[in-house]
Amino acid sequence: MSPRNSTAAHARLLDEVGAVDQVGVEERVAKYTTRSIKKEAKSWGLKTAVSMTDLTTLEGKDTPGKIESLCRKALRPYDGPSVPTVAAVCVYPSMVRYARAGVGSSGVKVASVATAFPSGQTHLRTRLAEVRGAVADGADEVDMVINRGAFLSGEFSRVEDEISEVVEACGPAALKVILEVSELETFDNIRKASFLAMGVLRPGDFIKTSTGKTTLNATLANNQVMIEAIRDFYLDTGVPIGMKPAGGIKTAKQSLQFLIAVKETLGDAWLTKKRYRFGASSLLNDLLRQLEKERTGAYQAPYYFSDASESY
Amino acid sequence: MPTRKRNSPAASRLIFGDLWEYDPAPETADPKLKERYDLFIDGRFVRPRSGRYFPSINPANERKLSNIALAGPADVDQAYRAAARAFPKWGALAGRERGKYLFRIARLLQDRAREFAVAETLDGGKPIKESRDFDIPMAAAHFFYHAGWADKLEYVAPGRRVSPLGVVGQVIPWNFPLLMLAWKLAPALAMGNCVVLKPAETTSITALKLAEILQDAELPPGVVNFVTGAGETGALVMGHPGAAKVAFTGSTEVGKAIMRQLAGTNKKMTMELGGKAANIIFDDAPIDQAVEGIVNAIFFNQGHVCCAGSRLLVQESVADRVVAKLKNRIRVLRVGDPLDKNTDLGAINSRAQLSTIRRLVASGVREGAVMYQAPCALPERGFYFPPTLFTGVTQSHRIAREEIFGPVLSILTFRTVDEAIEKANNTAYGLSAGVWTDKGSRILRMSTELKAGVVWANTFNRFDPSSPFGGYKESGFGREGGRQGLLDYVSLS
Repeated sequence: MSPRNSTAAHARLLDEVGAVDQVGVEERVAKYTTRSIKKEAKSWGLKTAVSMTDLTTLEGKDTPGKIESLCRKALRPYDGPSVPTVAAVCVYPSMVRYARAGVGSSGVKVASVATAFPSGQTHLRTRLAEVRGAVADGADEVDMVINRGAFLSGEFSRVEDEISEVVEACGPAALKVILEVSELETFDNIRKASFLAMGVLRPGDFIKTSTGKTTLNATLANNQVMIEAIRDFYLDTGVPIGMKPAGGIKTAKQSLQFLIAVKETLGDAWLTKKRYRFGASSLLNDLLRQLEKERTGAYQAPYYFSDASESY
Repeated sequence: MPTRKRNSPAASRLIFGDLWEYDPAPETADPKLKERYDLFIDGRFVRPRSGRYFPSINPANERKLSNIALAGPADVDQAYRAAARAFPKWGALAGRERGKYLFRIARLLQDRAREFAVAETLDGGKPIKESRDFDIPMAAAHFFYHAGWADKLEYVAPGRRVSPLGVVGQVIPWNFPLLMLAWKLAPALAMGNCVVLKPAETTSITALKLAEILQDAELPPGVVNFVTGAGETGALVMGHPGAAKVAFTGSTEVGKAIMRQLAGTNKKMTMELGGKAANIIFDDAPIDQAVEGIVNAIFFNQGHVCCAGSRLLVQESVADRVVAKLKNRIRVLRVGDPLDKNTDLGAINSRAQLSTIRRLVASGVREGAVMYQAPCALPERGFYFPPTLFTGVTQSHRIAREEIFGPVLSILTFRTVDEAIEKANNTAYGLSAGVWTDKGSRILRMSTELKAGVVWANTFNRFDPSSPFGGYKESGFGREGGRQGLLDYVSLS
């Protein structure tokens, strides 16, 4: 698409998906934070959050040994009874084969970031090759980044085509499309980009807030804009797309608030790891700590919970 | 491009089921209720001359909370005489000294906020999250705001001298018991008036609890007097010859009766009466936030709000989408025990109000409007009504003209901006209105042409002590809040 047409395309896309009012969104999500989740409901929410966690390490200093430790934590987050495994481990492409070996056939998925994560600033052929390489090494899921530069300059079909090509490169692997909300800046853009991505995704694929590598990551507000987009897209087309907020969710309380948003916006069908994930690492131990508190009535010291990684 | 059809959307439904049911989360603070509440006259709690009391019940379970004194003519007279005795000193007190009392009241109220929130919820039926997050903090905010005015009287009407009126008679409604009390009391006291106030008979408790705070604040005796009772007591308060001014918030019907009663007297009056606000959604509005605004507008406080957005005007081209989204939204509203922190809609204030709502809803059905009610289980005891929408409503339906004062929304459509204005103004009321659009110029035009005291743009039911509130037409006259609100409590010379 030539830049000359970009303004018109911009307007058309906005017309189709509608505007978002920032004040209104923030008012809506403030209501989630006043919900009071107690007892059984709290335990259920905490366990569900554990089961939805994509336990992540995305550091330059990651080593096969660290990945192995991450996988053990993923399979057995805590010694206590009835704590589920996490949904996936999320690593860089070069670590995929170690992760694959680490989780084995446990059902915990291996997710790999790809497409020149986190900036996406390299040739499309390189990005696609990276995706194919990760899948060949055993990734069940691929987390890609969109071309924010193209999006912001109005080259929507380029963004869309690139996502399509990544979908193809994924083959059987599920795809999570990272919008990098902090670089899209407005809620209008986040809604637009969500629709753009969902238009070419398959049922079971995800849209995701952020890489965790910029200043602003997942918030209740941008989560809300994206899950409302998912809801509208589902009611229009029948295609259920998953959601993954990532980065910045560090406490159990926060994760429960995100789940409340899911329950009250998308409903019960999204309260599953098949359709909702948390991209996080330090969140997991806080969830476990709160679960132990629910079980025993007392908070345990942090050193009772094994460390797996210390990135975002 | 983005929304091409692939599967059959007919099968797409959202499931709002019981996969993750929230456990009960009751607020447990002690409301510290007394078994019996006497009248508050001349700084003391006194028994009514008649010796008669009436019960105040909890509308959530119909159980009795307390006994409230019934004030008769002699009691009201005693209250007015106490106020008249207190006035010369209070009215002459330096503004900064009066301000200190108001600051003290505000702080003491904040200190006991949770206790007051629980009492308000028990007595009136509103959800605890509203009394905790709105009613009580906002009441304190009104005392703080007016405390700030007390020593700045020369700025109320620059170039003119302001002086207090004397004794003011005030009657307030049951929908925001403590907040309406604060709206009335704070400006009156800041300007140097003394007060005889009657709370609504179903919700007297927080007023009488506030009397305890007035004692703790060492407010001089007689400056504020509370007399409790029903309509007859209210008529005595409004009609007493000792009142230099009366202020009333309540129904248009009662407001008219008061004005008839007072015709020919030289009393100043302010009336804040009913409403049937239009909430107008244009096709370029941010729809999800507009839907949230619609919910805030009509389901806040079970719709017991005089400025509730009870008439929804939606532009035809987006009407189906707005209604579909609204239906999904109200499916997740939680109706039930007002003390549960997760309750969105609590109990209807009284059996009488519940039957008014039922009667008007039945008229809507009878007159052919299409009703949708959120599927929700209501508690067996107590007064409850589910969130209700009516589509296919026209201007001449009763449910489009009469104030229902409950969680019932009448939905109408329009095509052009002019039609929206015409329909919005086609009512005897004029208290508030809402406009939802992405277009700034349209907001400005609507705010000029809508005959309503408050016009909210892309929001609804927002209040601030510094913002004047009041009506056009049969929604009343006079303003409360802001500098304008002060002018109704002073004489200028």
